[in-house]
Amino acid sequence: MTQRLVVIGAGMASGRMIEHLLDGAPEGWDITLFNAEPRGNYNRLMLSPVLSGEKTYAEIVTHDDGFYAARGIACRFGETVTRIDRARKVVVSQGGETPYDKLVIATGSAPFIIPVAGRDLPGVVSYRDLEDTNAMIAASRPGAKAVVIGGGLLGLEAAAGMAARGADVTVIHLMGHLMERQLDPAAGYLLQKDLERRGIRVHCKGATKAILGHDRVEAVLLEDGTVYGADLVCMAVGIRPEVRIATDAALDVERGITVDARMRTSDPSIFALGECVEFESQLFGLVAPLYDQARVLADVLNGGDAGFRPVQTATKLKVTGCDLFSAGDFAEAPGREEIVFRDPGRGIYKRLVIENDRLIGAVMYGDTADGNWFFQKIKEGTDVSATRETLIFGPAFAGGVQSDPLAAVAALPLEAEICGCNGVCKGRIVQAIEGGATDIAQLRAQTKASASCGTCTGLVEQVLALTLGDAFQKPAAQPICGCSDLTHEEVRRLIKAQELKSMPAVMQELGWRTSCGCPSCRPALNFYLLADWPLDYRDDAQSRLVNERLHANIQKDGTFSVVPRMWGGVTNPRELRAIADAAEKYDVPMVKVTGGQRIDLLGVRKEDLPAIWADLNAAGLVSGHAYSKGLRTVKTCVGSEFCRFGTQDSTGLGIALEQRLWGSWTPHKVKLGVSGCPRNCAEATCKDVGIVCVDSGYEIGVGGAAGMDVKETQRLLKAGTEAEAIEITVAFVQLYREHAKYLDRPYKWIAKVGLDWVRDQIADPATRAGLIERFDLSQRVYQKDPWAERARPDAARRFRPVADLSLEAAE
Amino acid sequence: MTIWIDIAALDDIPQRGARTVRTAQGCVAVFRTFDDRVFALDDRCPHKGGPLSDGIVHGHAVTCPLHAWVFSLETGMAQGADTGAVATYPARVEAGRVLIDAERLMARRVA
Repeated sequence: MTQRLVVIGAGMASGRMIEHLLDGAPEGWDITLFNAEPRGNYNRLMLSPVLSGEKTYAEIVTHDDGFYAARGIACRFGETVTRIDRARKVVVSQGGETPYDKLVIATGSAPFIIPVAGRDLPGVVSYRDLEDTNAMIAASRPGAKAVVIGGGLLGLEAAAGMAARGADVTVIHLMGHLMERQLDPAAGYLLQKDLERRGIRVHCKGATKAILGHDRVEAVLLEDGTVYGADLVCMAVGIRPEVRIATDAALDVERGITVDARMRTSDPSIFALGECVEFESQLFGLVAPLYDQARVLADVLNGGDAGFRPVQTATKLKVTGCDLFSAGDFAEAPGREEIVFRDPGRGIYKRLVIENDRLIGAVMYGDTADGNWFFQKIKEGTDVSATRETLIFGPAFAGGVQSDPLAAVAALPLEAEICGCNGVCKGRIVQAIEGGATDIAQLRAQTKASASCGTCTGLVEQVLALTLGDAFQKPAAQPICGCSDLTHEEVRRLIKAQELKSMPAVMQELGWRTSCGCPSCRPALNFYLLADWPLDYRDDAQSRLVNERLHANIQKDGTFSVVPRMWGGVTNPRELRAIADAAEKYDVPMVKVTGGQRIDLLGVRKEDLPAIWADLNAAGLVSGHAYSKGLRTVKTCVGSEFCRFGTQDSTGLGIALEQRLWGSWTPHKVKLGVSGCPRNCAEATCKDVGIVCVDSGYEIGVGGAAGMDVKETQRLLKAGTEAEAIEITVAFVQLYREHAKYLDRPYKWIAKVGLDWVRDQIADPATRAGLIERFDLSQRVYQKDPWAERARPDAARRFRPVADLSLEAAE
Repeated sequence: MTIWIDIAALDDIPQRGARTVRTAQGCVAVFRTFDDRVFALDDRCPHKGGPLSDGIVHGHAVTCPLHAWVFSLETGMAQGADTGAVATYPARVEAGRVLIDAERLMARRVA
């Protein structure tokens, strides 16, 4: 007997379901198919190629009129079902009532529209159906400006499609990196780089504040004040299940329409499938599980006993030239390990996540050929402990025994390329070694191998070790840390040369072996990046050691010390009163005078820091940076103002220098001293920069220290005027910022590069001016009182516990 | 018995960072790693009592801010040449919220 089946929604899931249903029982069903869109079934996944012009709409139609006619399906396209009458088993639409024996709801999903002003302006579209696609195609004239809000799968496909048609596209993404649900920051970085290479602008951490325009969209305004002009705005921030008709019919609905494993809703005659359903608290957006649901539902309707079991799905981005793959699970549950592989030359990144000797997740970028092989391993839950060493190399190495890197290099043929930058093969290197080269430096000079980006240094060394045998000596240069074979100096050089402006960029391009670095490399990289790219890079608090992160010095008992700045060591009664008041108010156990002419309040509790800072700020006191690798203090004597021997105003010069230099970050701490005469009461000759005033001007010495090593300053230059003394000092500090290894005090750095080189740089007027200009640019970003920024209530709460369970426990 | 308590939004804790939770037994540090997993450990280094929540978080480990002992966030065990351990508590993320298992924290109070 023929049953009447009504299907609401002609999407990919219901189309596939109808195929299976009629395959199983060709004569069993009298089908009516409603679709709000004025057309039948097409492959929605292929809208991206239609947008980019690689396919036409006709090519992505899956079921044409002939399909429906041949199967006697009554098509009601362009007609919206407005109500389900469950008691009478009919659906209501413009065309009247349609009775059913079984009803299938396949209404899919609706785009999520962020509630900002201007969202209703003409020219704002989502990316869901052919109408949206056509609107974007129409707007994508060469030179037209398009803004895509949302850097997820859909948003990026929209962006790439419009860019392919010649539009000037900007993607605004709320999170720190693109596709954060599928990709980790490293892969997100590579994706952004690829998109930028094809001319798409990417703005991460961008929150949309409003869409601007009078009669139609004209621009998008972000919270940070940025404005992007726009002829078209595509909102692709997410989707939500389209459940209104089910809610109205009083079916069980959570986020989606609740179904059981047989795709049945809370009404036994009504079924649902696709993006509108929720099964065991899961929603489904990718096509593979939807096709599974279609198969199950067709079988159930035909009287079978199939059941739906969600399986893990993998993601691929359908943008030509962006090769990415992610599958499985990256979050929660302890006991996980990871294997990371990076090939900067080819822009490749692979990361595997392993738990209990089983592969549970994989992210790949650049080379995804092995993606399905890994995905298979994830689905099967194969024990990978035996093949772990070579697992990341994929099926080509599976079962192999070459886990020893030296053996792998030994097995390479002589024509195998070792240095991609300079096209040097293994044979050429072996030849040079046999010709007498015994270390990396000689090989670089003779063959250019590892002379450019340097990331193949390890490989070249292995060729050396293999060819020389016992005669090989590991080079003395210390790598930055265990995450990399490069030295600090090489990393600094490459950050500048390759214009690496973010932590993921450095780690990817320079082949870091860990996913997010370690406590040795992270603070160093953070400094190098902010020193070289003050405008592009944003300081990363999580890559700073505790004192610089909290802007106070941690003490042995976990309390902190607070040192306000006293310019040139000069204070006044008002400041002293404020300090005394703060010391009493916060029960400061010790108040001590420091060697740098400051007052130190020791033993302040972490949660009191923002409040004591606010109190000190109110009296005009700012952070003294007694905790920073940056400018600490300028120690002065009283100079010609009071001293009978003083030759110049050393106090005034000290204050001027401190006001110019404070807030700047340096490779290690920097202390200055200014003495008013050669008696040197300010002990300037054991400072990083020490100025000794004389009758005829200012003797400037550098490279002093009085710590583990005691060093006397060496004479750098003599200045005739106070202004010139300040210029020379600023230029020296900037030169040190740009070139020194992290944690080298100036005396160590000078010993490496030579005082003559330093002097030549600073004596040259053009070089000096450039250094000063770059220093002042950086100060525009970094010369801010960190205490004032953290004393504000929104920032201050981070110094307190995020929750207090002690009260709850005491009930 | 597991007693999951919602202590904060995931975004209240910086990535590769930590926040603390005050309990009747002292502070517990809740860490968020680069891959958005969360871990809860006693906020006290067994060496000299350093606040682990103020350390640098790298991979699934934290380095104590006082003397650079490194602890696995997964096991609480000291890494490398140092020996010692920090108590760990089950923690997880659900719908953007951080939950920790307060069972042992409560049990110790009752005992």
